[in-house]
Amino acid sequence: MSELARLTAHQDYGGSSTGMSEATLRGESLHLWRGERHVLRGVSFTVTSGECLQLTGPNGAGKTSLLRTVCGMSYPEGGRIRWRERDVNEDLPAFHAEMAYLGHEPPLKGELTGRENLHYWIGVRRRFGRAELDGALERVGAQRWADRPVRTLSAGQKRRIALAGLLLMAVPLWLLDEPTTNLDVEGQRLVGTLIDEHLAAGGLAMAAVHHPLAVSEQGLRRLELGIG
Amino acid sequence: MAWTWFHRLASPPYLYRTARRLTPWFAWPAALLILAGLIGGLWLAPPDYQQGDAYRIMYVHAPSAWLSLMVYTIMAVAGGIGLIWRMKAAHALAAAAAPIGASFTLATLVTGSLWGKPMWGTYWQWDPRLTSELLLFFLYLGYMGLRAAFEDLQRADRVSAVLAVVGVINVPIIHYSVVWWNSLHQGPSVMYLGKPTMPPSMLVPLLMMFLGFTLFFAAVLMVRLRAEVLIRERRAHWVEEEIGA
Amino acid sequence: MAEINILQAGLARADRDHPSAPSAFAVARLMLERDLRLAFRKASQLVQPLAFFAMVTTLFPLAITPELTRLRHIASGVLWAAALLSSLLALEFLFRDDAQDGTLEQYALSGRALTGLLSAKTAAHWLLTGLPLALMAPVAAVALGVPGRALPGILASVTLGTVTLSLLGAVGAALTLGVRRAGALLSLLTLPLAIPVLIFGAHATQLAIRGEAYGAPLTLLAALAVFGMTLAPLAAAAAVRINLE
Repeated sequence: MSELARLTAHQDYGGSSTGMSEATLRGESLHLWRGERHVLRGVSFTVTSGECLQLTGPNGAGKTSLLRTVCGMSYPEGGRIRWRERDVNEDLPAFHAEMAYLGHEPPLKGELTGRENLHYWIGVRRRFGRAELDGALERVGAQRWADRPVRTLSAGQKRRIALAGLLLMAVPLWLLDEPTTNLDVEGQRLVGTLIDEHLAAGGLAMAAVHHPLAVSEQGLRRLELGIG
Repeated sequence: MAWTWFHRLASPPYLYRTARRLTPWFAWPAALLILAGLIGGLWLAPPDYQQGDAYRIMYVHAPSAWLSLMVYTIMAVAGGIGLIWRMKAAHALAAAAAPIGASFTLATLVTGSLWGKPMWGTYWQWDPRLTSELLLFFLYLGYMGLRAAFEDLQRADRVSAVLAVVGVINVPIIHYSVVWWNSLHQGPSVMYLGKPTMPPSMLVPLLMMFLGFTLFFAAVLMVRLRAEVLIRERRAHWVEEEIGA
Repeated sequence: MAEINILQAGLARADRDHPSAPSAFAVARLMLERDLRLAFRKASQLVQPLAFFAMVTTLFPLAITPELTRLRHIASGVLWAAALLSSLLALEFLFRDDAQDGTLEQYALSGRALTGLLSAKTAAHWLLTGLPLALMAPVAAVALGVPGRALPGILASVTLGTVTLSLLGAVGAALTLGVRRAGALLSLLTLPLAIPVLIFGAHATQLAIRGEAYGAPLTLLAALAVFGMTLAPLAAAAAVRINLE
């Protein structure tokens, strides 16, 4: 846990200067159409520090769409998103700076090594040293293959590198789309532990899943999305 | 993120009904003006001492050219408004205008070419105006091609709006560079409209044609606009009422 | 209340208040380094536009005449047409890979100005394709019978011209990001916008070949490049965001 302690010391979930403070993410009556389909029909939710909102539902119910709407990638036809009680559209870049989004596919370039990927991916968001980078890789169990080109890695290994990136971003809000895909049982437990630690440090998370997360009951909230 | 009310006109049902009401107000004057302009230009106006009767094609060529440019500008402005304020109505307007503008551009090229035969002896010359018009035609084709490349209508609207804005900024630059290019090579003489004075018997029908064509554009725009609004709003309640069960 | 979402996100302040946020300059350098490194790991891709340029240039002597004294007259046109077409070919790998593997999306969500990030990517692209093309141009010119005194002018004009072409290409590539088989559409979109570069560039080259002063068109090329540097990244960022929705 020493690596995590070092990582946590750099995390600053309090916005600009002070330590950890309460943050809330609210979705209010979100409506979204994808082409013909009314995918999100008045979806509302609230997540505060220390909570993880687990999104479940059948394929096509809108889990990914909801996450992408929260990020600001999809623009809802109705409703709004509030972060720290302010509409995110007022300052979208500031919201993005406090938010991490991991989609279905790990965002990695095949020709670069895991280490290089993290350097170029997270490096535009914040400065970090080699020690911190190594710490994150160790935390997710990826240090052994961090210096091989990503295209030579298995799907599960790539997912772990992506998780290391998540840790390095050091942001309070995590938006995860099926974070346990391609991970073995140990990997799935790792995701649950990472989220637990994140919540304990005052962070929040929203995760779309097919199987329940291995996250402790205390911080877990649920939202079921349906079709029709 | 609730729908912002820009103007009553931004409301699609209002726009739809207004367009329907306005269409005859554009169409009839357009028909009259064009008819009058054609009679005046093709029949009543005297032949030009230089070009004889050949110059009369100007009565179709010049208004087409003017409109080809004006419509592109309207398309770009509507697209910009649609982008910034997320107004579907504005995007509908741009989508409605594009093929009309492209047609005017084509008409300009064809009439210019027909005019060229008696003027220069060939059906085509790389004169700056025709060349600019040809490039404008490619800009229209690019815009319509880009629209067609997207299945999602909303994305097509927004991407093509960016293109239209980029295009409209570039149109003066392109035109200037073509004029510059032409001046270097002592190209063929500028067409008739370079002439400083025109007798009223020629000018009045020309102005009538300009106005008539503009109103004609407006009328056709209203018709196409309604179709574009319907496509974008097909899920809404008011559309069901309007079209009738 | 206007929601100028896209423009806001594109023009965002590069420096957040956060102490560990890298400066805009550091971010640009990082992107540049990344793209250069990636390109060198797939070095075979870099050669293709250059080979294409050489091939296209070769077509003309074969199709027209092998006599250098006559080729000299069409050299400026051949060089520039080939440069334009080769630039289009090179646009394939500007954004496509990053869009497909999700890394572009991560940059759009990084909280940093996408405009700056895309500017850095375009700069890297120019270093990898435009600059080599500019260095090859004098060589191709010699093969077309161009006198030695013209070579500095050719180098200067193609260098400046390819900067603008990379910028325009970035806009085109951003607009057609999600489109399958975007090659022809991309050409249709980019070529009309590239006409001013073609005109001024070819003129500068022509003057250089004739041994005359080419400062004026060269300055215009520089002006186009500056204009492009300010506006193209904005348009490209807007288009990228729309296509990532």
